[in-house]
Amino acid sequence: MQVKLKIFRYNPETDKKPHYETYKVEAEPTDRVLDLLEYVKNYIDGTLSYRRSCAHGVCGSDAMRINGVNRLACKVLVKDLKTSKITVEPLLGMAVHKDLIVDMEPFFEHYRSMLPYLINDEPPPKRERLQSPEERERFDDTTKCILCAGCTTSCPSFWVNENYYGPAAIINAHRFIFDSRDRGAPQRLEILNDQFGIYRCHTIFNCTLACPRDIEITKAIGEVKKAVATGKLD
Amino acid sequence: MKIHQFDVVVVGAGGAGLMAALYASRNANTAVLSKLYPTRSHTGAAQGGVGAALGSEEEDHAEWHTYDTVKGSDYLGDQDAIEFMCEEAIEAVYELEHMGLPFSRTSEGRIAQRPFGGHTNNVTGKPVRRACYAADRTGHMILQTLYQQCIKNRVRFYDEFHVIDLLLANGAAVGVVALELASGELHVFHAKSIIFATGGHGRVWEITSNAYAYSGDGVAITLRRGIPAEDMEFFQFHPTGIFKLGILITEGVRGEGGVLLNDKGERFMEQYAPTVKDLASRDVISRAMYIEMKEGRGIGGKRYLYLDVRPETVNKYAAQDGRKRPDGSPYVVTGEEILSKLPDIVDFCRTYLGVDPVSQPMPVQPTAHYAMGGIPTNKFGEVVTDENNTVLPGLYAAGEVACVSVHGANRLGTNSLLDLLVFGKYAGIKAAQFANGTQFQTLPTDPTDFTRQQFDALLKNNGKEQAADIAAEMQSVMNDYVGVFRTEEGMLSAKEKIQELKSRFKHVKVDDSGKTFNTELLNTWELGNLLDLAEVTTVSAIARKESRGAHARDDFTKRDDDDWLKHTLAWQRDGDVELRYKPVVFTKFQPKERVY
Repeated sequence: MQVKLKIFRYNPETDKKPHYETYKVEAEPTDRVLDLLEYVKNYIDGTLSYRRSCAHGVCGSDAMRINGVNRLACKVLVKDLKTSKITVEPLLGMAVHKDLIVDMEPFFEHYRSMLPYLINDEPPPKRERLQSPEERERFDDTTKCILCAGCTTSCPSFWVNENYYGPAAIINAHRFIFDSRDRGAPQRLEILNDQFGIYRCHTIFNCTLACPRDIEITKAIGEVKKAVATGKLD
Repeated sequence: MKIHQFDVVVVGAGGAGLMAALYASRNANTAVLSKLYPTRSHTGAAQGGVGAALGSEEEDHAEWHTYDTVKGSDYLGDQDAIEFMCEEAIEAVYELEHMGLPFSRTSEGRIAQRPFGGHTNNVTGKPVRRACYAADRTGHMILQTLYQQCIKNRVRFYDEFHVIDLLLANGAAVGVVALELASGELHVFHAKSIIFATGGHGRVWEITSNAYAYSGDGVAITLRRGIPAEDMEFFQFHPTGIFKLGILITEGVRGEGGVLLNDKGERFMEQYAPTVKDLASRDVISRAMYIEMKEGRGIGGKRYLYLDVRPETVNKYAAQDGRKRPDGSPYVVTGEEILSKLPDIVDFCRTYLGVDPVSQPMPVQPTAHYAMGGIPTNKFGEVVTDENNTVLPGLYAAGEVACVSVHGANRLGTNSLLDLLVFGKYAGIKAAQFANGTQFQTLPTDPTDFTRQQFDALLKNNGKEQAADIAAEMQSVMNDYVGVFRTEEGMLSAKEKIQELKSRFKHVKVDDSGKTFNTELLNTWELGNLLDLAEVTTVSAIARKESRGAHARDDFTKRDDDDWLKHTLAWQRDGDVELRYKPVVFTKFQPKERVY
């Protein structure tokens, strides 16, 4: 089948403002959108720039807006889009460096502000700290995050104010807050209880729909909200 | 050009690089350079587990792990290093747990372990539960946990800095040159110690589980600076890649009871490995699959087989094998259990194949997966540059880019994650120690000269050759002739083809002459690395006239310990490859026939 691939283009060295280019590309229904981008870059215009690495949805490099929805280009197949017109744009709410490449630094800054590491100063045992399968299950879902930024950049609250930590940061806080081995919950809950924190979530569910790892993000944020409100973890 | 100075510079931010950085930064001013954001590194794609004889679920010993690794290596692994790794494994895994890694748990709350290929109870010969896992995303959790620890310890990162060259002066490593992707600027990192942790080069082959980023940068850079590459003919083909795409389906699927089936519905591994069957070493299984397909028993006569983890299939064969749970009850699984232990596998199959592994078998074929060879090091991660293991002061390597050698001719599953933890750690410790006992050496005059030469050759050749065509031709010929089975004739034709492609590469076309994120320039430079490694691999493989581990020849079908129980060292010399050899280190285990 032939696909009309419309791509957001911007080169800061030559362009005053962004524009779109449309490329006609032969595609198999089972091709990944990333395969089409590779074709354009390899055979039509080598200057087209985007990030990619693993090409199977685990490294989080190639999050972008595909037909208006945040997706990993390597995890969406042509047939999934149910149309031969495909529009590819950079993530919203981030500065564009070039074409589909956005500035990820503010995103990682929000992530780091959650103290995203195990906090526990008690001397560890010789072997492992014990944790029951039930305790482990409590935070399983949020350990899947690959930091692709698909959720945060689909969130209208983030679009309104980029200082909002955003869903990706909050679920990484969740991953530790609900880990039975962690002792840093009070610090993290305090961080999230500020004007750019948890209450900026208005339960819009865009994040959950955007997540390529099928994490129930809105639900996890709800659990953190409840913990902030009650000061309790159950 | 900017010049930075650090005691220790780590190149690469996957598991080995982050582990090295954590340890080096405790005692020395350390920077990590990575062409990707650290969390994009390919360690994150590892699935099934990390090997350590914890004995959480049943009796196990580091000595058993050592023997299994030696046997798995087809006796080419250096036994002192293997012993060291397997003994260090237990502490390494507990350390990860203490760092917060969310391992899956047993009902007693201990780290859960599953069986994996080639890991056995040395008394019974049966599979042992040694792979410590976090569902089927163990590598993801290791990468995340180490990155989190680096944040906690304020490790200095230079993200999206692509290292292009290694600087040597007076016989020591003194720095690296990196291109900053965002600006296109060259940066020189002047250092006392440099640790290469740049990963592998599976993109040499057509069907691969490896990321685009796996372009062999570390080995290519060091070859250009006169450092040899060790055992490059040994490249692992993982038995179960998704048909055509090559995406990895973890061996953990078979650890959980999945089996390989041919077109007749036969569990063919019973013929090839009667004791451990579907949990034989990867080289053994990939070869069996090729034979099945060659003899017409691929599914529908095609180039794939089925990997079947449907509960009814698992339970049928578990009953036949008499498989038991650790508590002695019969091994019986449900669809929910498969889904909870292998969620990502289920997701990949649904996404890319429209196949649900809980109710349908998965079409799989062997996929280029892991470099056993690489930059030669000793067990402390110090790079050694000749047959006498002479240390190159200030240079270290760890993880897949390095060849210690603990994997010899074939790596066991779970030992790659273990390798990067143990040798990443010791490379970090040693690099910091060395840095603290030495002064900065003078940088060469014009340190970016060779980097600029390489880029100019790509940008200013007015070429017409398409990089993507060259890549595709290389990958195809390497898959056909330097893959699972090899012959003299095939490899010679591959060598000729690679040399033709290398000369065409001198006329490769690069459209993008800009500075900002010039990914075309960098991707093309990476292709040059892959071509170099394809050549070194092929030349090393042609010379080795025997079959050992992953190097299986139709014209020399037996292992030949009299002539070939030795490591290959390959140098790039004036556009050619020079081969020399060094002995394998033995401690306890004398070579014997390898049967699973």
